Amino acid sequence: MEVLLRVTDLSVSYRGAASSQHHAVENVSFEIAAGEVLGLMGESGCGKTSIALALLGLLSQDQVQVSGSIQFRGNELLSKDQSSLRAIRGTGISLVFQEPELALSPGMKIRDQVAEVIHAHNDWKWERCRTEAELALVRVGLANSPRIFSAYPHQLSGGQRQRVVLAQALACNPALLIADEPAASLDARSQSELLALLHELQREWRISILLISHAPEVQASLADRLMVMANGRIVEQGPFEQLYRNPSHGCTRAMLRASAPTGVAENLDFEMVT
Amino acid sequence: MNPGRPQANSNPFEPLLRVSGLGKQYVQLRPFSRQKIVVNAFQDVSLAISRGKTLALVGESGTGKSSLARCIALLERPSTGEIELAGRNLLALNAKQLFPMRREVQLIFQDPSSALNPRLTACEIIAEPLLIQREGTKSQRRARALQLLEQVGLDPAWERKTPLEFSGGQRQRLAIARALALGPRLLILDEALSNLDAANQALILKLLADLQAAHSLSFLHISHDLRLVSEFVDDVVVMYQGRIVEAKSTRKLFASPEHSYTKELLASVRSVESILLERSA
Repeated sequence: MEVLLRVTDLSVSYRGAASSQHHAVENVSFEIAAGEVLGLMGESGCGKTSIALALLGLLSQDQVQVSGSIQFRGNELLSKDQSSLRAIRGTGISLVFQEPELALSPGMKIRDQVAEVIHAHNDWKWERCRTEAELALVRVGLANSPRIFSAYPHQLSGGQRQRVVLAQALACNPALLIADEPAASLDARSQSELLALLHELQREWRISILLISHAPEVQASLADRLMVMANGRIVEQGPFEQLYRNPSHGCTRAMLRASAPTGVAENLDFEMVT
Repeated sequence: MNPGRPQANSNPFEPLLRVSGLGKQYVQLRPFSRQKIVVNAFQDVSLAISRGKTLALVGESGTGKSSLARCIALLERPSTGEIELAGRNLLALNAKQLFPMRREVQLIFQDPSSALNPRLTACEIIAEPLLIQREGTKSQRRARALQLLEQVGLDPAWERKTPLEFSGGQRQRLAIARALALGPRLLILDEALSNLDAANQALILKLLADLQAAHSLSFLHISHDLRLVSEFVDDVVVMYQGRIVEAKSTRKLFASPEHSYTKELLASVRSVESILLERSA
């Protein structure tokens, strides 16, 4: 299968006070094929979000040191300047965050917020961008009605807001979507609806997804392959079902099995704390 | 425990917390017309929690669960109803009388990163409630903080670390240690586990169960995730659109749900096994 993204020996370290270095990500290598969903699991603070930000070149150069190689469609991203990265963001790779409340502007109608993304990447008139934005909103399952299009974020439910963010991310047909805990802030019903939608969109548009989530059920419903991280390193990766049935690392076992409905805490042989 | 502690109600068979007919209205004024908009966060909520027991409160987001938690902890005053803690009517007390009662109820929030002051050290965070209640000397407070760190499974040698230097699961432990500092009788866990990964959820659940057994703590466990509730919870209250629609023991709720929302919630609990089965089909 065609490799869309190839990450080799990626390391991210944050410069702290008193010239101390904090290694958030160390020598991480992985690939994502076209149309594939790669799951990324790990304890919070283990470096998942740092990887997502590094892929998009969103880490500030003065405080963060990024080394290694990130090849997207054969092009090295780490050597690119901000303006060529901007051309890739949105159209090549895009990002959905956990909190739709923070990702949307509270004072702007949602249609205009999506249109803005389209406008930034195309030489179209504003009117056309707005029409395209409406199409994008319908595509993510929002009702085709002026009431929705001209709503402000606070007038929508959490699930609807997350769909708006998704519409922004998908508006320019990216090849790779990075979804950072896309369903974590939603309640059970909206969560399963969003996962079904992602699954449908992914199939229909052949988008690759890097799915960051700590919930085994979320990974089970979408991920083809899974990658488990601990302390900035990848401890195991492979097909989801294989890792679920035969985890070789204690961390994988704890991440995937611990939420099994019976006898949770007793059979944990892996202590994550100390 | 503490000499200054209010010693009301000694009957061990009476519930620790009894809430009856509780309701909260938020009144907003429209910016120009000054027209009043009344929003009922929740209405007519009655529940009781016994000593050493856990009551779970489940419901979808926006149904008033967190408002209820804030009202029970008296961070906000409810509009109607009564709250009785250890036999004392809390709403009849004035601010000064309420102050010593505040130590009895402690809250643990969903996101420990925003619940902990990033500029304080672990030790200062845990000792702060003691400082506010003017308890002990500085060195006594530190000793108590170190003891609590150990109790929640954190290394006391980390006392000078700030929250940012801890992982997500460790931060939640820190928040639990702070909540325990004043020796409360009721802990309110407001989605305290939902930001954690499965491994940490299980470890924190175990820690909470151990603490409950050791100190006969009562828990009000608020969550939208029934799976988390299925373990170690005695009774479940289901809230829907600001009202309680179903209340029964956990076993009964899982065996025979009545309200349509409860049924829907139960249906949304799916195991990895069943999802994989569906995908391969």
